[in-house]
Amino acid sequence: MPLMGVDTVVVQSLLPTASQPSPSTVTLEVRSKHVVADGVVSLTLAHPDGVRLPDWTPGAHIDVVLPDGTARQYSLCGDRWDPYSYRIAVLRVPEGRGGSAYVHDQLALGARVGVGGPRNHFPLVPAERYLFIAGGIGITPLLSMLRQAQMTGADWQLLYGGRSRASMAFREELTECHGRRVQVAPQDECGLLDLAAWLSEPAPGTKVYCCGPAPLLAAVERACVGWPPYSLRTERFTAAAADPVRRAPFQVELRRSGQTVTVTRETSVLQAVRQAGVEVLSSCEQGSCGTCLTPVLEGTPDHRDSVLADHERAANDCMLPCVSRSRSARLVLDL
Amino acid sequence: MSRVQATTVMPPVHDADPFAAEHLEHPEPLHQQLREAGPVVRLSRYGVHALARYQEVHASLVDWQTFQSGAGVGLANFRHEKPWRAPSLLLEADPPHHDAPRRVLREALAPPALRRLRDVWQEAAEDLLDNVLAERGEDFDAFDALAKAFPLRVFPDAVGLGPDGRANLLPYGNMAFNAFGPVNDLVKSDAPRVADLSAWVNAQCAREALSEDGFGARIWAAADRGELTQQQAPLVVRSLLTAGVDTTVHGLAAALYAFATHPGEWQRLRERPELARVAFDEAVRWQSPVQTFFRTATTDVEIAGARIPEGTKILMFLGSANRDPARWSDPDSFDLTRDPSGHVGFGMGIHQCVGQHVARLEAEALLTALARRIERIELTGEPRRHLNNTLRSWASIPVRVRTAR
Repeated sequence: MPLMGVDTVVVQSLLPTASQPSPSTVTLEVRSKHVVADGVVSLTLAHPDGVRLPDWTPGAHIDVVLPDGTARQYSLCGDRWDPYSYRIAVLRVPEGRGGSAYVHDQLALGARVGVGGPRNHFPLVPAERYLFIAGGIGITPLLSMLRQAQMTGADWQLLYGGRSRASMAFREELTECHGRRVQVAPQDECGLLDLAAWLSEPAPGTKVYCCGPAPLLAAVERACVGWPPYSLRTERFTAAAADPVRRAPFQVELRRSGQTVTVTRETSVLQAVRQAGVEVLSSCEQGSCGTCLTPVLEGTPDHRDSVLADHERAANDCMLPCVSRSRSARLVLDL
Repeated sequence: MSRVQATTVMPPVHDADPFAAEHLEHPEPLHQQLREAGPVVRLSRYGVHALARYQEVHASLVDWQTFQSGAGVGLANFRHEKPWRAPSLLLEADPPHHDAPRRVLREALAPPALRRLRDVWQEAAEDLLDNVLAERGEDFDAFDALAKAFPLRVFPDAVGLGPDGRANLLPYGNMAFNAFGPVNDLVKSDAPRVADLSAWVNAQCAREALSEDGFGARIWAAADRGELTQQQAPLVVRSLLTAGVDTTVHGLAAALYAFATHPGEWQRLRERPELARVAFDEAVRWQSPVQTFFRTATTDVEIAGARIPEGTKILMFLGSANRDPARWSDPDSFDLTRDPSGHVGFGMGIHQCVGQHVARLEAEALLTALARRIERIELTGEPRRHLNNTLRSWASIPVRVRTAR
């Protein structure tokens, strides 16, 4: 617990005035950066003003916005009891599309980076027993799940594979903290993970969580064929093709009120709309409560919220203007 | 967060009983005293700390790490005292146990999931109003005929409850919200019905008791997908039934009372019915149907220099925060030109009212139907409060309306 060793906690009264959301809620600063394994760096991100970050649950990821405006998803692997920072760990992918190279080579201590979310497509559901299977950097979403499983009193084990010991992030802290619950199986020493030994016998009441490269996921899916439905939960590293985020200002037409406002990088859509004198009810102003949900009539929003599901985002017919922006030069809202 | 500072101060002490009838009836004077006394006030009567200013209430609501709900959000401290019923998996739980129930209920009640209800509820509101006008004429009790009748007509259907026993919903909620306070006369007068009402509510939470297309069925479907355990599902349904009826009834009543006493604002709504959502939230800010909740300090904590020891209860005055002049200009006025965004009437943070979008949709349906038909609404007698330890409730709002010609 982050609170251990601290006699008293002082509650910070820093909070953005609710009627004046800070557009920088989505811009975070790199507070630490460490190499945690061959080709893997771990970064701690915090708000420049030191305010609380939106809450998250194990399995959640954030979108990190690259200089070219595209976004990459990275699992949060820090401690949710620390509301002031996010931790991510990023593997360098030499043949990748440039996201990991940017994080490794350019995103330096003190640098600022746009962040969306957090969102969770890989939540930890309640169970008596968990079997976690990680391949390489797939350990990241599972890290906070292990602690969660421990806290709920569940029985759990982790099977952690990777190319070699040196390439496997957090390996030492895992074995130190959890001992025999964790089995580390580097491929150059042990060969491929012995999934048959772990999964051949379906175990009702056990949930299997797997994250890693596609061949591992496919193998685990095959091994779990005889398991009860919904026993297996996986997360894939996807390269979702999305239009780049807009850096240039964009126009927002408020069709019912017959006004058009310009949204620059310094302001949120919600702020711009309010400055035009149009009421939009909001509450958390962090993209997590859903109060300001607004119908979109034309244009493509750049969704940065934690509320809408993927199919709701893809429909592009509504958005949360407190954090979400635009991919197109013009958005038309039903306001 | 930082280490304890050398300049720890003793908070001012107040000996009022915020659950006494006089304060439940008229909470504003006490709220003002507490806000003016300081950011933290010790309530000697109950040995708890109180927060009555917006800034501290907001900061504590979002800081679930320091201010837990799992020890109960009423006066009773579940670390030492046995809860009167199995604790709520949402309201009276902390992460990590809180995560799965919250996720399932949030998805079941999310705005996109409510879209199909909009037209149905709009029609139901118009139909209800037609019936009220036809049967009772232009003089009626707006609490009884509208604020109470409308949620009871649409919400149990949306949950998927059967037709029998729905009259138990309001008394059950009233009892549950009284139970967050001390064991005073209000709680004692509920005592004879606790067993019967609880048995009825618990029976409605079973899969078999619920229709196949309601919120309740969605919760059970989530359990079938493993997102909840089979043991958790009925308790999550129970949360809907406990927290989804009385709160909305008294929220709508607050809005009706507000309009009956502010004819100018009623005209504003009639001219711009799209203000209905804002109007409801302004009414929720102004009256704060949920007045108070407690938290428990998970560690020794310092707020504005005052030290609150680990394990002690903290009483947050939501209603007071919603009228804090440091946050709101002219806070005591009901004003549709105000932006009520950021009020804490629904709470804030991970425990923020998961049904807020449902409540807003109900309010939008009813207020829009009224704005279309009713030209004027005014009181014909003194409205009466119903006293509850947590809810700012009503017994009667006698009105006369004039329908649009």
